[in-house]
Amino acid sequence: MTEFVFKEPSFLPEEMLMLRAQVRRFVETVVIPQGDAWEVDGFVPRAIFKQMGEMGILGMRHPEAHGGGGLGPMCSVILAEELSRSSYGGFASSTLVHTDMSISHIAKRGTDAQKKKYLPPAIRGEKIGAVCVTEPGAGSDVAAIATRATRDGDSYVLDGAKTFITNGVYGDIYIVAARTDAKAKASRGISLFIVEKGTPGFSVTRKLEKHGWRSSDTAELYFEDARIPAENLLGEENAGFYGIMDTFQDERLQIGAMSAGQCSKAIELTVDYVKTRKAFGETLWEKQAVRQKLASLAAKAAAARALTYEAAQILAEGRECIREVSMIKAHCAEVLQEVVHGCLQLHGGTGYMIGTPIERMVRDARVLTIGGGATEVMLEEVAKRM
Amino acid sequence: MKILVPLKRVADPDNANKVKVAGTKLETTGLEWKPNPFDEYAVETALRLTENGAATKQRQGEVVVVSFGPKEVEATLRAALATGADRAIRVDVTDDKLDGDLVARALKAIVEKEKPDLVLCGKQAVDGDSNQVGQLIAEYLGWPQATFAGSIKSEGAPGKETALVVHREVDGGTINLKVTLPAVVSVDLRIVAPTSVKSVYTADGFKYPDGVRFAALMAIMAAKKKPLVEEKIETLAADTALKIEYLGFELPAARKAGVKVKDVAELVTRLKSEAKVL
Ligand SMILES: Cc1cc2nc3c(=O)[nH]c(=O)nc-3n(C[C@H](O)[C@H](O)[C@H](O)COP(=O)(O)OP(=O)(O)OC[C@H]3O[C@@H](n4cnc5c(N)ncnc54)[C@H](O)[C@@H]3O)c2cc1C
Repeated sequence: MTEFVFKEPSFLPEEMLMLRAQVRRFVETVVIPQGDAWEVDGFVPRAIFKQMGEMGILGMRHPEAHGGGGLGPMCSVILAEELSRSSYGGFASSTLVHTDMSISHIAKRGTDAQKKKYLPPAIRGEKIGAVCVTEPGAGSDVAAIATRATRDGDSYVLDGAKTFITNGVYGDIYIVAARTDAKAKASRGISLFIVEKGTPGFSVTRKLEKHGWRSSDTAELYFEDARIPAENLLGEENAGFYGIMDTFQDERLQIGAMSAGQCSKAIELTVDYVKTRKAFGETLWEKQAVRQKLASLAAKAAAARALTYEAAQILAEGRECIREVSMIKAHCAEVLQEVVHGCLQLHGGTGYMIGTPIERMVRDARVLTIGGGATEVMLEEVAKRM
Repeated sequence: MKILVPLKRVADPDNANKVKVAGTKLETTGLEWKPNPFDEYAVETALRLTENGAATKQRQGEVVVVSFGPKEVEATLRAALATGADRAIRVDVTDDKLDGDLVARALKAIVEKEKPDLVLCGKQAVDGDSNQVGQLIAEYLGWPQATFAGSIKSEGAPGKETALVVHREVDGGTINLKVTLPAVVSVDLRIVAPTSVKSVYTADGFKYPDGVRFAALMAIMAAKKKPLVEEKIETLAADTALKIEYLGFELPAARKAGVKVKDVAELVTRLKSEAKVL
């Protein structure tokens, strides 16, 4: 069995290496043996979230006072890379949406009371988070969302629809973006709310069937006169757009790391395969064209990953990094496509068969150039800063 | 109970093909290192013996880990501290200046200072596969020993454990030994099965998850603050001359490809005439 992993960046402290070792062992001994079953079931069992909660990896960046680890962006990158080395993109996305893309909103801009109520069970893996921005009529153009939240005494009343929501079917705590000021300029009238599963008027209208990421549940949601207490407003009223953009930075950085983890796994599986598969009297590996193809993919993936770790380090030092994070989202996810398709090609017909991990990895990889900001949208963000 | 666990890092066995021979030495620069798996099982066993399985955050006793090697082995020791060990000792020396006998004699000096009730080690290190250190320490200390433990149960009052019942698998059965403490025990693979270790604190029928426990993030962060001291090999062993001299290393011959046989008759014939096993 070949192992292909990227070198540790020299600036990682010892505890980050120990964290990686733990997550890698968890992935190898717990996730990989069960991943196929989760793909069939369409979700990650709650017991697995609880086990990750016990390991302390569901709230590494959340405040220590509420059970989190109080750490910086580097741990999110390591977590995303190692979970993605499982090869199960759905499992990785379900976990990372929970930790770094939804509950993180509460950790970053919640009131003390909100943190106290929601963070501990989320960090223990007992309650799972989802983030609801995208709507049937607004995806890339976040400022165009139409879901409304109307103030009525001590409550807000939500009306509208959301779609493509990861953890949307089985989640418990939903961070929902809605328009609170119809008159303001598009991005200035949006607020964030915490909506609990079971709120009257809030329903899961559809469990969506997907091309990949099949071990994560994805939902279409509907809000009809869904009344939530005013104290569930998350952050300042009408400042939601900035909260969404801020959390997008975490998501985009993690997508760089997810790409790195998937690339290393895909290359690993393929090196293994071509070293035993024979054609024309020798192994595929013995053909220079084959091994150079893999070496070239490995070099591209390593360079993309280096940009991700570099950005994480810059962020850890408290420096601004939006342009580089946008580059990561635009570049790493595209490199990933080239890597997984190149790897499938070298698997031949076997790579096209369901049951071969690379077949699923190609499907799982596909969404990463779309979700969290499509490549084109990300390139615009880069260009704006040139 | 206080337990001392000697711990070794070994070149990653999955990359054994990358090990290069330089004269009578193995070239170790550039290798990836991992804790010896049997030693990780020994740490897990030590933790299970000093806790109630239902409340693993509370240590009932003390687990001290010790390793021999350069500064980098501290990573291996920190990993053990993160899973629950209390203290660590690193004996500063390089691998080429060690053999099993010197390790055992140096450990004897550490045992005399630390006074543990139990020395718990892996049955062997997967690099040299020497399988000597546990037995040698027991001999040098004059303590009872039980090797290749597949399961262990502690006996006596909590905090005053007096003996261990150790099971060991042998061809066609198991041997059950009772060793009075202090003792030396080496562990085999099965020791990390869910019910292999039972301390006096753990309820009957309690089941651990299979394998070595995960270190939680908090424990990883806390491990940085746990004591890790350095010792010099010269102060532990008066005589540091080695008793084992390595004359050379070579890779095992590559396995020849097998042959496909048509039927059972041909198989039997070949087993008789070529393999000569029938
Ligand atoms: C599996 C999955 C899970 C998801 N999970 C979540 C979730 O948990 N929460 C959530 O809120 N959303 C989620 N999404 C939604 C995701 O963020 C959106 O799909 C994404 O933002 C793109 O929006 P869209 O699909 O509406 O595409 P559109 O906005 O309709 O864009 C379609 C395509 O047009 C092109 N394009 C768009 N804008 C530009 C431009 N300015 N210049 C050039 N080309 C452009 C791009 O190629 C883009 O892919 C998920 C999506 C998927 C597929």
